[in-house]
Amino acid sequence: MNTTIATATRTPVLAARRLVKTYGHVIGLDGVDLELYAGEVLAIIGDNGAGKTTLIKCLTGAEIPDEGELELDGKPVRFRRPQDAREAGIETVYQSLAVSPALDVAANMFLGREVRRSGALGSVLRMVDTKQMRARARAELTELGITTLQDVTVPIENLSGGQRQAVAVARAAAFGSKVVVLDEPTAALGVRESNQVLDLIKRLRDRGVPVILISHNMPHVFEVADRIHVQRLGKRAATITPQSHSMTDAVAIMTGAMKG
Amino acid sequence: MTTVRAILHRYPAVSPAIVLVVSVIVFGLINGRFLAPTNLSLITQQVAVIGALGIAETLVILTAGIDLSVGSAMVLSSIVIGNAATGMGMPGPVALLVGLAVGLATGVLNGLLVTRLNLPPFIVTLGTLSIFTALTLLVSSGATVQGDAMPSILTWTGLTVSVLGVDITYGVLITLLLYVVVSFALARTAWGRHVYAAGDDKEAARLTGIRVSGVLLSVYLVAGAIVGITAWIQIGRDFGASPNAATDANLSVITAVVIGGTSLFGGRGNVWGTLLGALIVGVFRNGLALAGLDVLYQTLAVGILVIVAVSIDQWIRKVRK
Ligand SMILES: Nc1ncnc2c1ncn2[C@@H]1O[C@H](COP(=O)(O)OP(=O)(O)OP(=O)(O)O)[C@@H](O)[C@H]1O
Ligand SMILES: [Mg+2]
Repeated sequence: MNTTIATATRTPVLAARRLVKTYGHVIGLDGVDLELYAGEVLAIIGDNGAGKTTLIKCLTGAEIPDEGELELDGKPVRFRRPQDAREAGIETVYQSLAVSPALDVAANMFLGREVRRSGALGSVLRMVDTKQMRARARAELTELGITTLQDVTVPIENLSGGQRQAVAVARAAAFGSKVVVLDEPTAALGVRESNQVLDLIKRLRDRGVPVILISHNMPHVFEVADRIHVQRLGKRAATITPQSHSMTDAVAIMTGAMKG
Repeated sequence: MTTVRAILHRYPAVSPAIVLVVSVIVFGLINGRFLAPTNLSLITQQVAVIGALGIAETLVILTAGIDLSVGSAMVLSSIVIGNAATGMGMPGPVALLVGLAVGLATGVLNGLLVTRLNLPPFIVTLGTLSIFTALTLLVSSGATVQGDAMPSILTWTGLTVSVLGVDITYGVLITLLLYVVVSFALARTAWGRHVYAAGDDKEAARLTGIRVSGVLLSVYLVAGAIVGITAWIQIGRDFGASPNAATDANLSVITAVVIGGTSLFGGRGNVWGTLLGALIVGVFRNGLALAGLDVLYQTLAVGILVIVAVSIDQWIRKVRK
């Protein structure tokens, strides 16, 4: 198994050990290890059903693994719910996007962490500060260069698939202070929007926030990833780098044609 | 047509508002007495109980649930209040608090069954509907408690004040106050947004860090509190507590919510629509009665209204799918 030497002695920001997750008779994860180091983009690739989504769900509290441990900065952690991971600074764009269709863009970006009005209106009447949340949502989208989406008061259901994905990505980027996890964030995006997300991933890394990126798009993976975790049949088949392996090699490991 | 649909989609209360205005004008033209202050006063009183229960029902339906038991829970609470004050001789305010507690308990029971046992709300409330009805008969032994046997605080909700020449009962005012409070909470607090999110897409809400079962439980709790308060309004309206009161309330309430544009699929609608829905049903029943039509035509009209309202909801929801 190939591991970059430079990272071997550092403590991972997020690490998973021997994760096992079964759904009845279906084995989603079969003892998976994963390390995410500071300042890197870790891509996860693998065929459909290889367990990529299950893996990141176990990392982010969306699923509770049957066995195995998680470590954040070397300390053991347990995420029982998605908000446990969120509170630890881990933001996720799930493959299903996890947006509420009837709520508007700004409400979705701040869902579960609404900003209250200052003074008695906020503390006694518990009023939310819609104006401030809208302004911040707008600023965040502008910063990401998402220009197709300037009206943050439209309900999510009136947006295209790509625009919805942009909202979910913007939300994760805005609040991810420790780790950002993206499960196929460019699946519904056009060329220009995909490139914006790739730029965003690089900027997050440069800001010091490591990123986990699941993608089926090999050129994208090879463009942004520092290391690539290859998932196969519920197990980690290998961890490679764009320097050590070619795209053809990566696909061969994914399909089992080549040993990692 | 698509812009009309988009507007209705964004403001679901628009269509019931139009229906209400048109029906008031039409009934006013058919019979001059319809718009007389005494008749308007009567309509508000007829609508107050269903209107108040409609708030509880709207909350539950917004979470993509349904509550078949609100009417019988309310009757149970009113019977407990009446019997606590007379048979058990409790002071009025204490009897009232006991009734409120019973209302709250009905909500907690429904909420726990839905969230802890993961049962569908339809099944849970179908069961509790029977349970509450049976308890009502058990507590009351089938007897009505007359208003004049009760402490006056319990029938206070039936007293009136004159507003612009129309006699409005305190019960009606309490109902309106409940509307203001709950609509504020739904539109302006994080809790309200979580109610919509939980009803819209449960899994998405969970993944964004909302404790969906906590939100659901809080909704049933609030619904229970409203049921308890409505029992007080009901005692004032009927000047007494009867086990046979409001027999059609369970379904009338759902009718009001549906006509008011709140979607049975959850996540869409608001309480003001329900108030309009309750008023539409009240206006139709009253107007048709004044026009000399038999009760059967009122019931027929309400049935047609429901089906039209649900069809409109389906049509509106096709804006983007
Ligand atoms: N909720 C679930 N219930 C039952 N089986 C599940 C569930 N979620 C995942 N699985 C199974 O676990 C395995 C791994 O699924 P997972 O979604 O993690 O794959 P993936 O690598 O993300 O695939 P894709 O590339 O298609 O997104 C599959 O066999 C899948 O059928
Ligand atoms: Mg997946």
